[in-house]
Amino acid sequence: MSERDLMDSLPPVAANGLLDRRLFMKSIAAGGVGALTVPVLADPVGKDQPSWLLAPGQGAQGYGTPSRHEQLVRWIKPQWPLGATIQGLAFTPHQGLTGTYTPSGLHFEVNHHGIPDIDPNLHSLVIHGMVDRPLKFTVESLDYYPTLTRSHFLECSGNSGALWADEPIDALLDQTHGLLSGSEWTGVSLATLLDEAGVQAEGKWIIAEGADSGSLSRSIPMEKAMDDSFIALYQNGERLRPGQGYPMRLFNPGFEGNTSVKWLRSLRVTDRPAMTKFETANYTDLMPDGKALQFSLKLEVKSVITRPSNATVLPKKNAVYEVTGLAWSGSGRIRKVEVSADGGATWAEAELQGPVLPIMLTRFRLPWRWDGSPAILQSRATDETGRLQPTRTQLLDARGKHGHYHYHAIHSWSVDENGGIAHVYA
Amino acid sequence: MKTEESLMYMRNWILFLTIALTTCVDGADTPELGQPASEADIEQVFWSVFPDGENLPAGSGLAVDGKALFNIYCIACHGIEGAGLTAVALVGGQGSLATDTPLKTIGSYRPYAPTIFKYIRRSMPYIAPMSLSNDDYYAVTAYLLELNGILEPGSVVNAETLPKVRMPNRDGFVNAYPKVPRKYDY
Repeated sequence: MSERDLMDSLPPVAANGLLDRRLFMKSIAAGGVGALTVPVLADPVGKDQPSWLLAPGQGAQGYGTPSRHEQLVRWIKPQWPLGATIQGLAFTPHQGLTGTYTPSGLHFEVNHHGIPDIDPNLHSLVIHGMVDRPLKFTVESLDYYPTLTRSHFLECSGNSGALWADEPIDALLDQTHGLLSGSEWTGVSLATLLDEAGVQAEGKWIIAEGADSGSLSRSIPMEKAMDDSFIALYQNGERLRPGQGYPMRLFNPGFEGNTSVKWLRSLRVTDRPAMTKFETANYTDLMPDGKALQFSLKLEVKSVITRPSNATVLPKKNAVYEVTGLAWSGSGRIRKVEVSADGGATWAEAELQGPVLPIMLTRFRLPWRWDGSPAILQSRATDETGRLQPTRTQLLDARGKHGHYHYHAIHSWSVDENGGIAHVYA
Repeated sequence: MKTEESLMYMRNWILFLTIALTTCVDGADTPELGQPASEADIEQVFWSVFPDGENLPAGSGLAVDGKALFNIYCIACHGIEGAGLTAVALVGGQGSLATDTPLKTIGSYRPYAPTIFKYIRRSMPYIAPMSLSNDDYYAVTAYLLELNGILEPGSVVNAETLPKVRMPNRDGFVNAYPKVPRKYDY
């Protein structure tokens, strides 16, 4: 049907040229937008091809976004006290990701007091206290310093906090392991800036304060600050996102996430820690005897199987599947990951995806033939110091169940006879 | 070579080495763009208060005034008398830490009073931090400490008295850096 025929078949619906609202639907049915200008041949050779092959696609976007067919987003947990007004926690959806680098927009966030909208021209970092020369650095000035680039995971000490509960929660991997992400970070060595200020002999700690409305503050041992800490300015090649501390954050490789203070603006060199709210009220682990572990700074060795994981279903019995997941340690490289399909009775060493980088997510893989009977899948990691990830029973026996933070035990997935995967304690 | 010439040669050589080394060590490998930070610069960004009271501001407060302020600015989230609502409880829980239902509050858990004041002063009220006066923040701190039975009624709270407050859980923390104590390891 030609354009003219189509229009003739549709009587006006009101005066002055208004036509039936079904006109465009009919033209599309007749062969797409092109039908208005291009005559449709009787027997086009592409008639059985998908539509996206039959017309030029979209132009490029200034900033690319995922396919509109992909729905993977972070799980957002509203934080007290203002509920949905200030969204406090965003969890990386590891159930839908692979590789070891987390897309910047899916990197986890914990924002105790919301994300500040910082004008980089009005922001600076002040280093003061027990130094020879108190100094102020603008954001722009740091761009002229020698840069370093490091691939590191970041994990909140509250990651897997839901697993302290007596009963296993029925939730996707984001809710149990989503306060963990991996990125390439670029910035300036903290030792470089501290040397410029001239740290005095009695300076043993640094108190870092952020420029958010709540000013998250942490005390960092000087030996760490002088070793491998840096001021991160870029993540995965681009400027930090606001939720990651734009325009600058402290980064302490392998330390619990909140020590890498976002929106950093003050570093006070002192001879003692400040015992801030975030190193007393929060991020301390209550033990069964009523004492609490404080400054559990270095994250322990940990792993989890990301595929298959909760709520997925294996489509076929007597088939070979890939078991894959992530392993990491705040102490350095992952040396070994073992996988069990019988709840920890026997273990097999998985293949590690290289290069295995220190204090970075390491992906492991192992083929597994599922015969159709129930199974328990687990992984356990060993780091380069020889530290082995504990069982849940070992962890709870040592630290009770009210620690709230720093959960890092072996994680278990059950497989039922229908191929359904669920989170269990085993 | 005469002894005198030899000594002069050595002196020059040492002088040359000294200059060369000093030049290298003196940050020749970075542009050194830090600007001198003034007292005002530091005051603007440095809010941390230490357990011994370092960096506490001038001012003072009483619980009676703190109660009035609390009931305006804090009660909506922290509940009546700090019992907790959408935000954490600030009162109670003493003696509960070693039980199966521990309640961590200012009174039962926090080891130092000055750092409680610091957080309230720098970060509260949640929707308008730093919007009250130092006297106000001392008063709210006094109210919370009295509610927890830690201060006698009518106690004046200021930079001098606050560091002397003995918190019930003062000795409740064990350092886990760089290693978790053996007692709590698996």
